Amino acid sequence: MKIAIINYGAGNIQSIRFAIERLGYDALLTNNVDEIKSADKVIFPGVGEASSAMKMLQASGLDKIVPTLTQPVLGICLGMQLMCNHTEEGDTTGLGIFDVNVKRFDNMVKVPQIGWNQIKGLGSKIFNNVKENAYMYLVHSYYAPITKETIASTEYGVEYSTALQKDNFYGVQFHPEKSSTDGAMILENFLNL
Amino acid sequence: MLAKRIVPCLDIKNGRTVKGVNFVDLRDAGDPVELAKKYADTGADELVFLDISATEERRRTLVNLVRDVAAQVNIPFTVGGGISSVEDVDVLLQNGADKVSVNSSAVKRPQLVNELSQKFGSQCVVVAIDAKKIDGEWMVHLVGGKVPTELNLFEWAKEVEQRGAGEILFTSMNNDGTKDGFANEALARLSEELNIPIIASGGAGNMQHFADTFIEGKADAALAASVFHFQEIEIPELKEELQKQGILVRL
Repeated sequence: MKIAIINYGAGNIQSIRFAIERLGYDALLTNNVDEIKSADKVIFPGVGEASSAMKMLQASGLDKIVPTLTQPVLGICLGMQLMCNHTEEGDTTGLGIFDVNVKRFDNMVKVPQIGWNQIKGLGSKIFNNVKENAYMYLVHSYYAPITKETIASTEYGVEYSTALQKDNFYGVQFHPEKSSTDGAMILENFLNL
Repeated sequence: MLAKRIVPCLDIKNGRTVKGVNFVDLRDAGDPVELAKKYADTGADELVFLDISATEERRRTLVNLVRDVAAQVNIPFTVGGGISSVEDVDVLLQNGADKVSVNSSAVKRPQLVNELSQKFGSQCVVVAIDAKKIDGEWMVHLVGGKVPTELNLFEWAKEVEQRGAGEILFTSMNNDGTKDGFANEALARLSEELNIPIIASGGAGNMQHFADTFIEGKADAALAASVFHFQEIEIPELKEELQKQGILVRL
């Protein structure tokens, strides 16, 4: 299986590669369009600030490529947020794959949310063998509200989407690569799609 | 709901864990990776590695360690000790660290906090503050609490929050090493006056101290070293006890 991790300069991608290696697979870190198009699975990571990450994505032309991919694609954290229509962070236009606008957490809660929170309403194959209310590691200040594409939700001041799916596109707000054995299970499920 | 976090801290010197590690069932308790895996497997929510080496080799050794930990450990970890520039942080994050903590270097040059949060995001910038209560006022100290400054704990904490810190790791020098419990009054005030997570450090001696710092101290996470390293407290038992007291933990 050929697994491509999109390397566009935004964030800690080694950890994702290591997590995939722990599952017994190899992954390619790449920004090469042909490599990405020909991969069996594509992971779209992202950590940092949305508008600068989007600029880096545009600089490599990948903003045009990612929405056209037909194999399973998994956006993680900021990667998931950039797959949405828009995010309030840096007033950034996203890739428009998920039909939802990302908002900032209200100051009624501590921002960023940092730590382990529970996911529920699990409605996708990527959650096979993962129990309702399993804990995932999350670090973020912005969130995607609940939509028809929500496949897992979490509560932090509001109930929001911690996972989204549309066709072959999956997005998770949490870090499966840092979420112990349940996180590894989700990554494995994605790779087995 | 968001769970309270239990965070073991490992002191590292020249790539090895130092002081106070006495694990009967580890092949090599001096190996930080083996110890980190053990903690991850027994339910630690996060780890902190504090590098106290002073050799010229330190940076390369630390980068190798970060890489090894990231390759083998499936929970997040923070790296601190001697970090004073964007370049220092870049290489640590590139090699798999999730967060960095800065302490003296931020006091010496507060703009560092802005630079790090702008470049890497607030979520990976932990500002560690060591403070001691002197004549009723909490004063920030440097060099592991040895050198006093003119800074007030609460004012400094608010300043670094505004500069983009994502978390505060507050160590009370009055409590550190006493095993008499955390500095809950100061912690609760930090939690009320700031809107970022607060990690309690210094004073853990028994399981009730953790419960107290989450309830009275309103801490989001609690860090300890020796009680875990000497197996005086086992993390699974600690979490069960916390849950019994109505505190949300990841079990």
